[in-house]
Amino acid sequence: MEMGADLSKIAKRLGLENFTPEIDLSKCVVKTADINRPALQLNGFYEHFEAGRIQLIGMVEWAYLDKKTPEERTEALRELVIHEVPCVIFCRSFRPSEASIALAREYGIPFLGTDRGTSGFMAELIYMLNYELAPTTSIHGVLVDVYGEGLLITGESGIGKSEAALELIRRGHRLVADDVVEIRKINDNTLIGTSPAVTKYLIELRGIGIIDVKSLFGVECVKDSQEIDFVIKLEDWHRETEYDRLGLKDEYMDILGNQVVCHSLPIRPGRNLAVICETAAVNHRQKKMGYNAAEELYRRVQINLKGEE
Amino acid sequence: MRKAVTVHMDTSMESAPVAHLVSLANQFRSRVYFEMDTKKVNAKSIMGMMSLVLLPGTIVTVDAEGDDEEKAVESIENFLSK
Repeated sequence: MEMGADLSKIAKRLGLENFTPEIDLSKCVVKTADINRPALQLNGFYEHFEAGRIQLIGMVEWAYLDKKTPEERTEALRELVIHEVPCVIFCRSFRPSEASIALAREYGIPFLGTDRGTSGFMAELIYMLNYELAPTTSIHGVLVDVYGEGLLITGESGIGKSEAALELIRRGHRLVADDVVEIRKINDNTLIGTSPAVTKYLIELRGIGIIDVKSLFGVECVKDSQEIDFVIKLEDWHRETEYDRLGLKDEYMDILGNQVVCHSLPIRPGRNLAVICETAAVNHRQKKMGYNAAEELYRRVQINLKGEE
Repeated sequence: MRKAVTVHMDTSMESAPVAHLVSLANQFRSRVYFEMDTKKVNAKSIMGMMSLVLLPGTIVTVDAEGDDEEKAVESIENFLSK
């Protein structure tokens, strides 16, 4: 299946006006997150032209077209739509003439409009296209927002991921997804996790069944999407495995090509998982803010050694 | 061990058969995954399996890994084909 962003969804979310309502926008698919301002193309320069991009008519393009006779204007636009661009969007409330709209209908290219300024609109459009066109995957795990940090808990079935999540929720943190986490790679640093619609707000607890967190504990306990900041992998305790004792060197897990910090956490009776998860979250945050407790320990040890000499 | 299996059961979308399927997968020590399109879900979890749309005729890849993987794939295939 080819990846693409549904134009009707984009038009609806950005509140675009449709000058060509005869064209079914849900059948239009945008396959690239890039945008083109077709000033050069309107002037007839079509070398290196990427026809897959959405075309934005801003002040420059409009002023240029405005200087032309109506016939020349239609011809310039015809040349553009002949290349089968996904759509043309007119910014700053510019309204295409009846003749150009007829042209759009003829070639089946949607003409849309917005009242917003071109640059600001373009930034939002690119962000939205990047989101819609992002590579996706699904991972077996639980995603919780802990103190604003997106914590993905993974591990074998039945190891206690959902139980850990429930305890975190009861301690005031928020559930994003249980069991299946759908992940989008927005860019090389950002992964956004959501829940599939079917299992949204639900948690499965062994022995109890399915519970609806939102209706049981309230809206403050749930969240629709969350950036993934780090991963905790729950494991059975193995005597042979070396677990991280200091936290000087981070381990990483590969998700869609992005490297995410991953802590392997051995399960053992008497270890309070929720408190450990909370601590890992604030510690992760502190590291982002530039303080690393393990490095501090190392520094103090070094000072001690120097003092002995 | 991986195997593509076609779903035949006509009640496959209802919750009771999915629950049976999950308890069946739980009988094995192997890790069992169902792969469909871009989704990969753990066959031992009811929520994951519910989020798959298993209509008759759909093809899913059963991916099992462990010492009883062959038995797991075989029983799941039997369950989906009946």
